[in-house]
Amino acid sequence: MSRYLLIESQDSFSSNAVQEHVELAVALKRAGNEVTLYLVQNGVLPCRSGADGEALHEAVAAGIDVLADDFSLNERGIADRDVARGVRPAAIDAVVERLAASWKVIFL
Amino acid sequence: MAASLTIAIMDAPFENARTVTVFRLVQAALKSGHDVNVFAYEGAVGLSFARQAAHANAVHGRDAAAENHPLPRVWIEQLLGLARKSGRKLDWVNCGLCVDERGMGEAIDGVRRGTPADLWKMSVESVNSLTVGTR
Amino acid sequence: MKTLQIVETAYRATVEEQDDTIVWLTHAMTGAGGQFGMLLTGNAVCYAVHGQQVPKLTIGEWQQSHAPDLGADVSALVAKGVSLYAVEEDLEERGLRDAKLSESVTVVPRDELPRLFEEYPRVWKW
Repeated sequence: MSRYLLIESQDSFSSNAVQEHVELAVALKRAGNEVTLYLVQNGVLPCRSGADGEALHEAVAAGIDVLADDFSLNERGIADRDVARGVRPAAIDAVVERLAASWKVIFL
Repeated sequence: MAASLTIAIMDAPFENARTVTVFRLVQAALKSGHDVNVFAYEGAVGLSFARQAAHANAVHGRDAAAENHPLPRVWIEQLLGLARKSGRKLDWVNCGLCVDERGMGEAIDGVRRGTPADLWKMSVESVNSLTVGTR
Repeated sequence: MKTLQIVETAYRATVEEQDDTIVWLTHAMTGAGGQFGMLLTGNAVCYAVHGQQVPKLTIGEWQQSHAPDLGADVSALVAKGVSLYAVEEDLEERGLRDAKLSESVTVVPRDELPRLFEEYPRVWKW
């Protein structure tokens, strides 16, 4: 079994691919892998509390660690208090740590 | 523990948010004490083009100096400096054929020309690698 | 180290480059000793379709000498030892379920991707 970091840079409002990416994350998790989803750029848009973040909720419910890039959140005016439950703001160091620890890191 | 990381990128400057994400990642990796290899493929070879020039912004009423427009070549120079000061290595390699077809032969000092074999070699010699494709 | 190349974006500058630049890159790295598998997903599943012919572009008096032949290029990767896969659901969505595909492509349902990923120490997505 492996450790996967999936970096999601797209948002579910503009791209159908995001749902498939979440399904991949969930499938990897269910297969017994450790999975983190790192949302960056417009990928953080569904994080805003009250947004239609169905795919996000699916990831959280599956036990995937969902992180949202703090720079991207700030850029889009999403304060920490406005981030949906289950999602943690994180610095990009979270990506570096996992790269250095030999996680399989995939930029989606 | 310090690691060597390889990142392959494709986006041309000024076109996509992925560029800033990558620069932030490289910076964070260097600051964390890792060595970083960057393989710039396709449009990304333009990031180190020496002739990037800042300009004014009349819409905002700023002259060139005041605008201080970001230039990726300056960012690369800064990261090369950061690597030097912290005793780390940043190896920035531009895909040579991509440079040729774009006429981007004038690159800043400190970057080098390479081939896909360099990407393979760097990645094999690294602890880990990440590819950031374009759309 | 065996690496799975995931190709999703298709027909991006392929006429201008006369290649898919990731398929080309994979060829070049294979020549340098790299070991790869290639997973076609999204629109890139179209590359698995046999017999595509891209017309040569003409601009003014300039005529293209070598239009891209993406199907042949992915098949040529197989000849170099690259395992080729295409996502089943992406083929279906694009009406390619019953298309004549390259003989060497393995069609993989999406729910088998975790198993496929585990076969490769590295996964690169472009």
